Amino acid sequence: MRGADAATRAEVCVTACADAWRGDGAILASPTGVIPALGARLARRTFAPELLMTDGEAYLVDEDGNVEGWLPYRQVFTMVAAGRRRVMMGAAQIDRHGNQNISCIGDWARPKAQLLGVRGAPGNTVNHAVSYWVPRHSRRVFVERVDMVSGVGYDRGAIDLRVVVTNLAVLDFQTADRTMRLRSLHPGVRLADVLRETGFELSVPDDVPATRTPSAAELDLIRALDPDRTREREVP
Amino acid sequence: MTVAVLTPDEVVAELRDGMTIGIGGWGSRRKPMALVRAILRSPLRELTVVSYAGPDVGLLIASGQARRIVTGFASLDSIALEPHFRNGRQRGTVELTELDDGMLHWGLLAAAHRLPFLPIRAGLGSDVMRVNPRLRTVRSPYPEAGHPDGEDLVAMPALRLDAALVHMNRADPAGNGQYLGPDPYFDDLFCLAADRAYVSCEQVVPALTGAPPTLLLNRAMVHAVTETPNGAHFTSCVPDYGRDEEFQRRYAKAAADPDAWSRFQAEYLAGDEAAYQQAVTR
Repeated sequence: MRGADAATRAEVCVTACADAWRGDGAILASPTGVIPALGARLARRTFAPELLMTDGEAYLVDEDGNVEGWLPYRQVFTMVAAGRRRVMMGAAQIDRHGNQNISCIGDWARPKAQLLGVRGAPGNTVNHAVSYWVPRHSRRVFVERVDMVSGVGYDRGAIDLRVVVTNLAVLDFQTADRTMRLRSLHPGVRLADVLRETGFELSVPDDVPATRTPSAAELDLIRALDPDRTREREVP
Repeated sequence: MTVAVLTPDEVVAELRDGMTIGIGGWGSRRKPMALVRAILRSPLRELTVVSYAGPDVGLLIASGQARRIVTGFASLDSIALEPHFRNGRQRGTVELTELDDGMLHWGLLAAAHRLPFLPIRAGLGSDVMRVNPRLRTVRSPYPEAGHPDGEDLVAMPALRLDAALVHMNRADPAGNGQYLGPDPYFDDLFCLAADRAYVSCEQVVPALTGAPPTLLLNRAMVHAVTETPNGAHFTSCVPDYGRDEEFQRRYAKAAADPDAWSRFQAEYLAGDEAAYQQAVTR
């Protein structure tokens, strides 16, 4: 039998992302990124079998790839507005209130780096629960102020920001003023590491637990779902 | 009973400088690329392009013919960022109306319904409001739990189009259009939001067959049809063909460097559509 400490950092991140989908019932789960997608699939295989997921185009598919529904983009937007969806998005920048930027870096009028654009982030954050995935926790991402508010934070009307999972830790907004808090440290990560890589003042409880490690059954599933270990490239 | 069956160049000859043009499809999926290439060969300029943006927008930025883009993103799907869109934004050669994806949908729906605006929550609190200072909010006249004075919502203005360009798998000479892939995207709304809608297709057939839900466009929405085999290349047009990933990689690589882009243009975009198709199947 394998010990829990056999899990890699990437695998700890997968279960941390999976846990973001707990308790939501039959909703559309839209993960962005390798590890969030693995997390959502792991959640559906284990504690959240009701989750709906797409094939990346327009079909809802079950774990075995069978089509169970049709969800063209127009219907995705309706699911967003209806609140029957949860997302885990990426973030080029995020601030302590949870304001997120995926649009551009620098002055919007003439950006230093044009990124994707706001896409559906403004609508997602005012319509349904949102979590974030940051594969490289750094001061470039965790900033005092984001350059272009795409997803809105709690100070701008977000309705339900859940967790921010990074390669170092899990963060949430369970503070009195709903600013970002350290929820757990991944095994092997020190508090000082997170504080050094965070560009704003983070709430840190007196007692910070360790992020849970995957069970042996979860590890087997993760490794079966991702036999090419693409997760290890996203978080080495 | 037929609409005009035109060549791509004849379609583009109906467009004018300064027009607002809507382009259907999504990202690098089922884009009317043969019509975009026909624009590239034309002297058209100062265009405003409304699109769920992919290489359609990229090419029109690269050619200098797009003055303004109205979109929520620009992506090649399998390559996350559209390279010419990045260049244009970073060099300041193109203007942008940046909207949430759902706002763009709502703007097209408002235009299709001939409404001045439609209310939506998307955009509230975000910097979309800051970078679009003409956007207004509207207060609901209906009190609700949590909003005794009525909820404030974004009043998304109608995105009226002078012309729409969309690509279908099939069309008939009457102007009915059929998509055979997984997603209609917003092509019917683009057509209804436009004064004139131009449909390119893989094949014009005497009569459309297949499942009724695939018959997305009816002839009341369409002004002209043009047959452009492989006309969505290099974007996907399933089930007729998938995205030409290798060619898209070549496009993206060339776009990153001015000299490489000149060579790409000379090799693929200097001639007419027949020359393009010959060059890409070599």
